[in-house]
Amino acid sequence: MNKNAKFEILRTSMAIFIAIGISLVLIILVSDAPLVALRDLFFGPLTSLRRFGNVIELTIPLIITGLAVSLIFSSGQINLSTEGAFFFGGIVAMMVALAIPMPSYIHFFAAMILAGITGAIVVTIPAYLKEKTGSSEIVSSLMLNYILFFLGSYILYYYFKDPEAGINASYLFPDTFRLSVLVPGTKIHTGLFLSLISVFLGYIFLFKTSTGYKIRMVGANKMFSKYTGMKVFKITLLSQIVGGFIAGVGGAIQLAGMYKRFNWVALPGYGWDGIIVSTLAKGNPLYVPFAAFFIAYIRTGAAIMSRGESGVPPELKAITQGVIIILIVAQQFLAKYKNKMIYKESKLEIEKAGGDQ
Amino acid sequence: MMEILNHILTPEFGYSVIRVSTPIVFGTMGAMISSRAGVFNIAIEGIMLLSALLGVLFSAVMPVWIALFLTLVVAGFVGFLLGFLSIKLKSDIFLTGIAFNMIAVGGTIFLLYLASGQKGVSTSINSKVLPRVEIPLLDKIPWIGEPLAGILSNHNILTYLSIVAVIVLYYLVYKTALGLRIRSVGENPDAAESVGINVRKTQYIALIISGVLCGFGGAFMSMGYLSWFSNNMVAGRGFIAMAANGMGGATPVGGFLVALFFGFADAMTNSLQLVTSIKIPVQLIQMLPYLATVIGLVLYNINKRRKAMRIKLMLEDKNK
Repeated sequence: MNKNAKFEILRTSMAIFIAIGISLVLIILVSDAPLVALRDLFFGPLTSLRRFGNVIELTIPLIITGLAVSLIFSSGQINLSTEGAFFFGGIVAMMVALAIPMPSYIHFFAAMILAGITGAIVVTIPAYLKEKTGSSEIVSSLMLNYILFFLGSYILYYYFKDPEAGINASYLFPDTFRLSVLVPGTKIHTGLFLSLISVFLGYIFLFKTSTGYKIRMVGANKMFSKYTGMKVFKITLLSQIVGGFIAGVGGAIQLAGMYKRFNWVALPGYGWDGIIVSTLAKGNPLYVPFAAFFIAYIRTGAAIMSRGESGVPPELKAITQGVIIILIVAQQFLAKYKNKMIYKESKLEIEKAGGDQ
Repeated sequence: MMEILNHILTPEFGYSVIRVSTPIVFGTMGAMISSRAGVFNIAIEGIMLLSALLGVLFSAVMPVWIALFLTLVVAGFVGFLLGFLSIKLKSDIFLTGIAFNMIAVGGTIFLLYLASGQKGVSTSINSKVLPRVEIPLLDKIPWIGEPLAGILSNHNILTYLSIVAVIVLYYLVYKTALGLRIRSVGENPDAAESVGINVRKTQYIALIISGVLCGFGGAFMSMGYLSWFSNNMVAGRGFIAMAANGMGGATPVGGFLVALFFGFADAMTNSLQLVTSIKIPVQLIQMLPYLATVIGLVLYNINKRRKAMRIKLMLEDKNK
């Protein structure tokens, strides 16, 4: 392992460490029973199978959106439409699930593919507009999320709403659409395999194919890539299509695995979480499952903590996650230490070289 | 159709356009000054949300003007912090801004819970609102006086301040030394540095001003537009402001006009929901402001590109 990778690991762990430290201080300030709160936060998810199941259930969508964001950002686009693609992928999956009867397996598979295609189209729009008209992909993708949300809600309420459900939700999904439970006693579903397979394929695509290499090249230096004769626009679009496809598929998997009906009355937020996961994983698909697990763990812990008598609201997690991102993207954070480390290394090497002579 | 027109062609509608535009105008000015200095403040949404909460919390325990002042100080500090992270610690300003927005969404709920034990809205906090101001003599003008007063008078003081802000920023950007420095830093930081402009300091100043402007917008949300704080009450206005700034060509007056247009779309949304003769699904109406933003952004940029192309062709012709 080279020094740089070692340093990056150290930096990421320091960021996590400091963020948790800040959370600790907040908990101690806020809670009447800080020890109970800390116990729930850190060990709560381990206290029962169901709770640990919650962690894994939450890890699945986070892996998928984390992977999607890693791919979308890899070509240098700050395209935030993962959220909309995930949501609208879910809407399309719901439409297929409820409107077109099909045999088991094929039904879910068809819904998933259509959701993926929808996601790919959605995520490609901001990148396309950016290239063709120069409109900021940040703004257009944010607006797109709202548009998709309202459009999806319209489709839900006007065509698929079950009046007998008592809440704003669709009709019950047929069994042919639903994913089977993997571990009895929890809701962990076969989507876990699907998400891990996607991670593996995503890694191969981004790091072991020439297309992936080109995408990363464009992300690192667009001008340079252009001058070396790469078709920058095409390569950028490709990364958006693949990332968007995964995000859309994520919506389908989440619905088929966790829900009996479609009942998202707000954007579910997994697209934003994907940014946290991807930042934590440094945009490398291989690290995404670990980052997703970590985020899912502290979230589940925070939820357990807030249900206990400690009186700490679960929104604490937003502060923890935000601080982690800020510290990780701060390039100069611990840079002095890095310089010192490099200086020491080279000094040692020089001494060694001098000794050999 | 007539019913829609009947709703729109009233002083009340004009009044509500100005009212709902106010936070967007402030946000747009915040986006304008930061983008002019080449440091894009993506945290507008988050700073507005935080300021909305702080306005409520501060005004519960102190006079309303001091509460507003403190809110602005904190908002400016958040702008400074964004600068510190992106300029000094060399963070990616986009990701940092996104993180700020995330912290704001969760953090405001967290703070509200600590302060009041409530999680959704701050109705149990006895917060104050900023006064409304009546423009004297406006309704005395013959013929147009009354509708004009209906549209322009009796707004929250921050609404008038938002218009003052546009004028002040116009003056600041185009007529002062600081404005010149901000513009040159944004155009070409290396060139600016070479003529002795302190690039970092200029960018810090721009971000602090941007933060304060967002602070005004946020304070308006909870101390004028409404008299309480509720979760995520800024609801994308900060992002719309970023779009308005882009469409307004990063100019104060252009941004102001686009912000008014978005205010119009927003007010339309509210009015169309009242129209009973045509059944338009409410979700599709709610979609309008965002759709208008994207279409406007795209049209503006296409137009800009065409202009650039035309200038390029002209220059090429000359060179021949």
